[in-house]
Amino acid sequence: MKTVTTFLAIIVAIGLVVLPLYFPWTQVILTLALAKGLAVLGIIVLLQAGQVSFGHALFFAVSAYAAAYLGQAFAGGELLTMIVVGVAASLVAGLLVGLFVVRYRYIFFGMLNLAFSMILFSVLEKFYHLTGGSDGMQVARPLVLGMEFEREGFETLLFYGTFVIAAVAGLAVHRFLVSPVGNMMKTIKTNETRLEYLGVSPRSVLLTGYVLSAGLCGIGGVLMAVAQGIVTPEYAWWIRSGELVFIAILGGAGSVWGAFVGSIVYEFVRTFASAFAGDVWQMVLGVFLLIIILFAPSGLVGLWNRVTGRGESSTSGQSVPAKPQPAASKEPSA
Amino acid sequence: MTAFFEAKGLEIRFGGVVAADDVNIRIEEGRNLAIIGPNGAGKTTFLNICTGYLKPSAGEVIFDGQTITRKSPLEITRLGVARAFQIPQLFAEHTALENMLIAGAARSQRWAPFTRMYDIPERGEMMHLLELVNCGHVANRLVDELPEGQRKLIDIALALALKPRLLFMDEPTSGVASSEKFAVLDIIAKALDEAKVTSVFVEHDMGIVERFADEIAVWNRGVVMHRGTPDEILNHPDVIRDVIGGEVTDA
Amino acid sequence: MNMQLVGLAIFDGIAYAALVFLVAVGLTLVFGVLRILNVAHGSFYAIGAYITASVGGAVAAGGYSPFLAFPLMLIAACLVGIVLGVTIEKFLLRRVYDAEEALQLLVTFAVFMILEDVQRLVWGTQPYFESSALQALGNIEVLGIFYTKFQLIFLPVVAITVLIGLRLFLRRTLSGKLILAVTEDREGAASIGIDADRVYLLTFVIGTALAAFGGALASATTSVVPGMGADMIVLSFAVAATAGLGQIEGAAIAALLIGLGRSFAVYLMPEMEVLMPYLIMLLVLLWRPQGLFGVAQSRKI
Repeated sequence: MKTVTTFLAIIVAIGLVVLPLYFPWTQVILTLALAKGLAVLGIIVLLQAGQVSFGHALFFAVSAYAAAYLGQAFAGGELLTMIVVGVAASLVAGLLVGLFVVRYRYIFFGMLNLAFSMILFSVLEKFYHLTGGSDGMQVARPLVLGMEFEREGFETLLFYGTFVIAAVAGLAVHRFLVSPVGNMMKTIKTNETRLEYLGVSPRSVLLTGYVLSAGLCGIGGVLMAVAQGIVTPEYAWWIRSGELVFIAILGGAGSVWGAFVGSIVYEFVRTFASAFAGDVWQMVLGVFLLIIILFAPSGLVGLWNRVTGRGESSTSGQSVPAKPQPAASKEPSA
Repeated sequence: MTAFFEAKGLEIRFGGVVAADDVNIRIEEGRNLAIIGPNGAGKTTFLNICTGYLKPSAGEVIFDGQTITRKSPLEITRLGVARAFQIPQLFAEHTALENMLIAGAARSQRWAPFTRMYDIPERGEMMHLLELVNCGHVANRLVDELPEGQRKLIDIALALALKPRLLFMDEPTSGVASSEKFAVLDIIAKALDEAKVTSVFVEHDMGIVERFADEIAVWNRGVVMHRGTPDEILNHPDVIRDVIGGEVTDA
Repeated sequence: MNMQLVGLAIFDGIAYAALVFLVAVGLTLVFGVLRILNVAHGSFYAIGAYITASVGGAVAAGGYSPFLAFPLMLIAACLVGIVLGVTIEKFLLRRVYDAEEALQLLVTFAVFMILEDVQRLVWGTQPYFESSALQALGNIEVLGIFYTKFQLIFLPVVAITVLIGLRLFLRRTLSGKLILAVTEDREGAASIGIDADRVYLLTFVIGTALAAFGGALASATTSVVPGMGADMIVLSFAVAATAGLGQIEGAAIAALLIGLGRSFAVYLMPEMEVLMPYLIMLLVLLWRPQGLFGVAQSRKI
């Protein structure tokens, strides 16, 4: 069955590459989906440790605005530099915020992240002269490797570039998750005390994952900004953060595939819902999310695993489990 | 001469319960110490204090010349003191082997973010340790699916994986089938001996205590009441009255 | 900054705090008992406001006494509490009580998304403004400042009444004590025959009604627009978290702190206005992660 899945994965990947050639209208959707998927990948890294951040849009926005500033400062800018600078900005932000938030868990972790992102959101909205306020900032089409491209050519280039970046990031995150530190991330959820008693600092492990997740959101943010041509404070809005978590659960919280499957499905559903159900697309999405949570909490990937009889082993990808039992980390005193 | 391990004047209370009331004890390297005593005497509390899980309200804990009283479990573990728990503390979503691999990686501080954990050099050693505690055949089973006895042994193996100098074990044989208790602890004792690990273990089974302890300390109501060799302690009338009389020994 | 401005800022802060408290206390009550952070709580606020403003507008247009707005607010609150509260708790929340926190949050997030569009469908996107209740009470002069009695007196009085009422309810009535018992130890309570399901339902309905009540009151002071639910939910999170999740009396103090912080920011540093609540929350949580009055849980580390 594993080979069936791998085979299918390859087909899907090829399909993604080829689809825009036959259906050009899908190119933009897919670009946005993959960019968002990168951010969702960041959420998934944190979910391994059982922690949900409701403020990761912070890093999405940091890199997006960094790219926008760069573009304005250099009258257009260069795509590769934008990506590098954007990611660097989000990594630094991730480290600074991370140093604080990794001391907390669960609800407090989620809410502190929310607080940080709302502060950024407010700053972006209010300081009009610096950030363009709620109108945001334009992101002009940058040069790519020194060359200027027409809109169509640029969009195609951006799509395939995003695809490659997504593939590389996906691979890197997969390797991270099966590495020693990736496995230690999972122990933060299952038995943090034991990890400490093995001489490993759970905070340091979580910080590593946190910075990685911030960087991933950062890559997504830059690509999104360039793809949309504009950045707005909404990039940091809490609903955006919630959307990322939504997609993570939709795709399947345990695996790298989940991030991209989830975001592609989400983007298509959202586009169609907007187009056909205009006024109620949020409702459609909300109902969709409810159905997934209630009937397929392991997400689409989990559904697939169930259908193909693969079940769940500890390393292949775990669904969001039931509440961790507090008794596991306490001992009775004799 | 600095003591290998020493606790001086430890005091701690929980609400109205005095769990440690001026506890003083020295542990010598190479001499395995058994801690016995009735329930509620403060034995596990003592272990908790020694391994940094609890901070005493008074007193000191010294390991190899360093004062470790206020250090965190993490720092104490890195200094060479390991712990096996009364209720096995394992990583629920990992297999037995994966639990061990995490311990192996932890020992070497090997984070290696882009290497597969299954490929770490410590793998062979971890597998060997698993086999040592008779759990090699369940290496690829999720630890949450295993019976309590095996979980107990894996818990001990995790501590051994750290190659500590001092190992605290809290009721190492509880949960292990009685027919296997001696055999298993034999293996563990030999492994500890070879690796030059000194062990301190809380035990209720006097047969185990008699066989494996070089020394015994008797806890009662938060103090160390008696200390001596198995011969001295197990025949002491007070001990027989307070501790052994109520104990069930396995034949 | 002269005395007048300081006075204004204080009055603003108090009025604002009263409203925010009403919403936040419902949120924190629900969390304290059900251990669920309800994102849709903001939607209840908005719907309470919409109902009051739209029906109130019709009532006022019909020439009836503006004082009818007051009982209308209560009715709107109870309506929302019972209809939405019962439906959501019984058919959705109950299914996810044992699920991971993230999933529970997402369920409420989905409900929020659905309700956002429900508001749009029922009431459209144009603002509603129905301030007859505000005007009906008239103005009052304090320290040379003119302020509406509704905001300066009525709102704080309502807030304090709710605070005391909740406290009495929880500590003195049977239902209240059952709620406290289940909060403290669900299994223990169930084992002595307390119907935890009913307790959860009651708590959720009360919390929901409180949010709607807050919205109903708010509709008299501000225009009711799409998105007000979203804004209010993050704000009430901030208040609840600053106080310590589950702390009812604490929520009042936190609301006051944040309300005053925000209103002073409006007069001193306007750009900081929206930032203030989150800045305050951040500073408090960094100092005391369990909130000002929260109980520190034995952390695993």
